[in-house]
Amino acid sequence: MFLGREFEEKCAEMYYRGKMFGFVHLYSGQEAVSTGVIRLLRADDYICSTYRDHVHALSKNVPAREIMAELFGKKTGICRGQGGSMHMFSKKHNLLGGYAFIGEGIPIGLGAAFQVRYRREVLHDESADQVAVNFFGDGTCNVGQFYECLNMASLYKLPCIFVVENNKWAIGMNHPRATGPSYGDDDPFIYKKGPAFGMPGVLVDGMDVRKVREVAQEAVARARRGEGPTLIEAETYRFRGHSLADPDELRLKEEKEHYQARDPLPQLKKYVLDTGILSEQQLAELEASVRDEVEDAVKFADESPKPEKGQLLENVFADPKGFGIAPDGRYRYELPGFSSGTAAVS
Amino acid sequence: MAGGIQLSRLAAVGGYSALSAAAGVASSKPSAAATEGASKQTNLCTAVNDALHIALDANPRALVFGEDVSFGGVFRCTVGLKERFGAARCFNTPLSEQGIVGFGIGAAALGCTAIAEIQFADYIYPAYDQIVNEASKYRYRSGGAFNCGGLTVRAPYGAVGHGGHYHSQSPEAVFTHVPGIKVVMPSGPYEAKGLLLAAIRDPNPVVFFEAKMQYRTVVEDVPKGDFELPLGVARVAREGSDITLVGWGQQVGVLERAAAEVSEADSISCEVIDLRTLIPWDRAAVEASVSKTGRVLVSHEAPVTSGFGAEVVAAMSARCFLRLEAPPARVCGYDTPFPLVFEPLYLPTQQRVVDAIRATCNF
Repeated sequence: MFLGREFEEKCAEMYYRGKMFGFVHLYSGQEAVSTGVIRLLRADDYICSTYRDHVHALSKNVPAREIMAELFGKKTGICRGQGGSMHMFSKKHNLLGGYAFIGEGIPIGLGAAFQVRYRREVLHDESADQVAVNFFGDGTCNVGQFYECLNMASLYKLPCIFVVENNKWAIGMNHPRATGPSYGDDDPFIYKKGPAFGMPGVLVDGMDVRKVREVAQEAVARARRGEGPTLIEAETYRFRGHSLADPDELRLKEEKEHYQARDPLPQLKKYVLDTGILSEQQLAELEASVRDEVEDAVKFADESPKPEKGQLLENVFADPKGFGIAPDGRYRYELPGFSSGTAAVS
Repeated sequence: MAGGIQLSRLAAVGGYSALSAAAGVASSKPSAAATEGASKQTNLCTAVNDALHIALDANPRALVFGEDVSFGGVFRCTVGLKERFGAARCFNTPLSEQGIVGFGIGAAALGCTAIAEIQFADYIYPAYDQIVNEASKYRYRSGGAFNCGGLTVRAPYGAVGHGGHYHSQSPEAVFTHVPGIKVVMPSGPYEAKGLLLAAIRDPNPVVFFEAKMQYRTVVEDVPKGDFELPLGVARVAREGSDITLVGWGQQVGVLERAAAEVSEADSISCEVIDLRTLIPWDRAAVEASVSKTGRVLVSHEAPVTSGFGAEVVAAMSARCFLRLEAPPARVCGYDTPFPLVFEPLYLPTQQRVVDAIRATCNF
């Protein structure tokens, strides 16, 4: 959590200093959700993120260096500098990507959950008990893919967990202005859509990491037991605008102050000190080590080389030009007499 | 797994967990007779069905899913798969095209060979977002960490005589504008079987359009066993010397009939090229032919504006500029929605192709 906050605040600084480009959406304020859910998962569990994906990647143990380098567009980034802020992928960490379009990662996480069941039940792979966790926001709960996937997850009883990070704002649209109230309520409650699709729906205080963890524990255990999906609605708040390009003028001062008072970090600090898990000195050392880690990430990213220009054409298809592999193992376009034309470039 | 019952709803009968490896994932090599080229008279539907059987037989992680496929599909292309390979490997999905393709990407990204059916090519548009924004870019934007090359999306396309606006369209061109996916359109049963097996095994996501009118109407000799036709290599369907006719899918048949007609009536010798795949497309083959004939005509059912014919004509104008003896011609659908009662008027018929061949050769 501390790393997540420090990392994101450093991103804002680097963005305004022109070190990173593109659209950058920060997670500050929502850390309890990422930590509460993802730190509970195993390395071989899958997650699908959103465009607000840096901290999800950190929670899944992707090194801060590689994320920062990606944001700087450097070759050492987790996607070789090819993606940028909204495209966090890591095969090693089973991070199936950030998704710039809302809801697009949900069916992909569903496919990941399906292949777990397939491996276990058809291929008799006893090690296949992973879960797939999909993160998305309140705004996404008004697009079709959300509902298509709740239905399919329930129909196929998949080890899939849907985590709604309800930060109350879909860019500039306040949640109750974008979503109709649940039946019998004055306000919309997304978690109530779970039972309608045959799965538990749980509401949790997304500013309290211990509460999130408790709820996630149950959902993960249920998924691993083969009992199917769970929908978790975590009530949370982002402390910054939608993206770093958003001047954040739409949200009321009182609302921001209300949630600032519930900042998950001081709550956690108080808890670890009160219970004696950490001493003041240990906590200070921890915070210092986090600052060092982020500084090191910035230095690493800054000093890393840019990708070569040839990378523009790589990874469009499985082979560089998309013509396939000849019987002798060479790419077809390398064969004598093959046209100089390519699929991607004239 | 306790939840096994639930997955039995994937299909009409049979529990997911009840499947045995013996029934579902047995692998067998093609018989000697098949590999030696024994063939049988086969229509396009059966050719596709044979290819799917071979693909699932050879690879235990290959799956077929889509709307109604476990019952054999509305065109009967998936008949027998559920019975042969079990309900876990050939299953129905809800009517959720975006969900179907996204689901397929996720499964393919983790090692499955995902063969999705979109019931009509017209229904592919709800899944367009997943194909364009995710499938095509999955490898690229993950810097090569992941890919969904195991994904093949099959969809029946084209005129069928009575399909109207939403059961007749040819959406191939829009997918050729999306780097990262391959686009394949077979012209008959033999082509369909060889190209589909190649598409399924290709390490890139592929959109595969089958001419639904040909499912029952075109029958030809097709090898019984496992064979592939390479993606990106065009076929000379008829040799000629006066004009090059370029097409794909069921339009190749129209071009061949038009070529026969002008050969008989006007002594015009047409070379007919079946592109087979639009991405990647075999420019070299078309260029070689146009360099020889000096004239080129492209024909497709999709509307003329921004159709793939425009790409072929642009490339040939650039590559064969000094060898062209007439302006390149396009004989295509009109720029209207695909019509119901006016289908015969809309289509690039044999007569329209014949007229254009004569006009081009007499330029």
